[in-house]
Amino acid sequence: MEAIKSISEAEQEIIDEFSLFDTWDEKYEYIIDLGKKLPVLDEKYKRDENKVRGCQSTVYLVADYRDGRIFFKADSDAVIVKGLISMLIRVLSGHTPDEISETKLDFIREIGMMSHLAQTRSNGLLSMIKQMKNYALAYKIKSQQ
Amino acid sequence: MISQLNTIDEKLDVWALRQQFPVLAREVKGHPLVYLDNAATSQKPQLVIDALVDYYSNFNANIHRGIHTLAEEATQAFEATRDAVKQYIGAGHREEIVFTRGTTESVNLVAYTWGRQNLKEGDEVIISTMEHHSNIVPWQIICEERKARLKVIPITDEGELVLEEYKKLLSSKTKLVSIVHASNSLGTINPVKTIIEWAHAAGALVMIDGAQSSVHLDINVQDLDCDFFALSSHKMYGPTGVGVLYGKKKWLESMPPFQGGGEMIKEVYFDKTTYNDLPYKYEAGTPNIADTVAFKSAIDFVNRWGKARIRKHEEDLLKYATESLTEIKGLKIIGQARNKVSVVSFFVEGTHPQDIGILLDNRGIAVRTGHHCTQPLMDRLCLPGTVRASFAAYNTREEIDALVAGLGKAIKMLS
Repeated sequence: MEAIKSISEAEQEIIDEFSLFDTWDEKYEYIIDLGKKLPVLDEKYKRDENKVRGCQSTVYLVADYRDGRIFFKADSDAVIVKGLISMLIRVLSGHTPDEISETKLDFIREIGMMSHLAQTRSNGLLSMIKQMKNYALAYKIKSQQ
Repeated sequence: MISQLNTIDEKLDVWALRQQFPVLAREVKGHPLVYLDNAATSQKPQLVIDALVDYYSNFNANIHRGIHTLAEEATQAFEATRDAVKQYIGAGHREEIVFTRGTTESVNLVAYTWGRQNLKEGDEVIISTMEHHSNIVPWQIICEERKARLKVIPITDEGELVLEEYKKLLSSKTKLVSIVHASNSLGTINPVKTIIEWAHAAGALVMIDGAQSSVHLDINVQDLDCDFFALSSHKMYGPTGVGVLYGKKKWLESMPPFQGGGEMIKEVYFDKTTYNDLPYKYEAGTPNIADTVAFKSAIDFVNRWGKARIRKHEEDLLKYATESLTEIKGLKIIGQARNKVSVVSFFVEGTHPQDIGILLDNRGIAVRTGHHCTQPLMDRLCLPGTVRASFAAYNTREEIDALVAGLGKAIKMLS
């Protein structure tokens, strides 16, 4: 199996990257760039059951459970949302349901995203996190059965 | 005094007017706030804020029942707002003015009282494609309950009602037409007078959703001859949580109450209750006294600065914004009706409205993005949503310049 960084290591990497930016314009440019680079989700996954509710844009999130780990894939029609998804995937994908459930995702606050984007439900950041955590919970229960 | 100011053909001193709004002095994300989300809610002038503080500081009391001085003062202030609203919308009688929580509750009130009493199986209610969800869902619920049918007037690509189709929908089955006066998503001002005339000729009643129109347009419910009219204080520089339902006296008298409780009764026995007179029959429980009292200050504010002058200023902003935005490559104005209130919805090719909204917010510019609670309209236009800039009396051409500059930067970042 590929070596996967721990959640906190991946979070720290993102925090370090963001510390290089002086302005929010630069941060957004970076997020937009991440969004553009996020691999396109196969059309077959773009179904209603994969839609994340509570987003102004359309967001699809797919979770794949292999060898006790969850791998996420996602897409959106809005590029900033895609950039945010890209960061969440980088931090959470490839980890166990327990690890995903327990993490507080402090990096979102650390990079200042909490005050910028998380305060209203319309941008969907919180909905995406909730959906990812729901998958973790579901697979945790499933693995215990 | 009030109408006198309205006739003065003098330009609005927008910079002096802006001084009345404390929030406009603040910064957002390091930039001066450019507030262009007025169709969602307007900001509040100092005298409205003062009126709220004054009420709680000096004469807070429950109204209508108290025997003491504070109750008397609070009652007088509360009822003074009713008189101000009556005058503002040109109603014939003060008891035709019912206070609600907002336009949404006003529509629901009519649906649950008049609708429940009068709609039968096979009857029809007509709305339009450009309605806000609050003028769709209450009718869906009541139509389903009464086995009545909901009919929808289509719109043109420019965002105007297709009146020939409306004419075809009208029949002896039509019991009510409920139509938005000015569209929150497109800005379209609908020809409500014609709509009302035709509906009445078919024997149907008409409800007008005035949430967007009442702050911008001259409203005279007697001249319009509408049966019901709804508005919200918070879109008219007033506090949130207060709205108005105007209803013709004859309908309000014959309709059953909406909610039961205190205030709305005359005598209560366990085997029978008699209801209070209008408008109190529809105002169960302790109302939102403070906000209702302060709402009068908002009406005074509009009257004092002159609705006609404000309108002229807003028309200038609309024209300027439309011209400036049209110059942006790939930008399409959504809603090109001939008559519009100061609302500009647009879509930029190759971008998502949400991305634009986030990047504008990063420059202190507040716009609305999304479906604006008009999902069926967005479906009709085949759009995931729009970016909407909506202007109030305090907005300036400089702020539109900031919007255009912010958009240019956002589009560059996204492409």
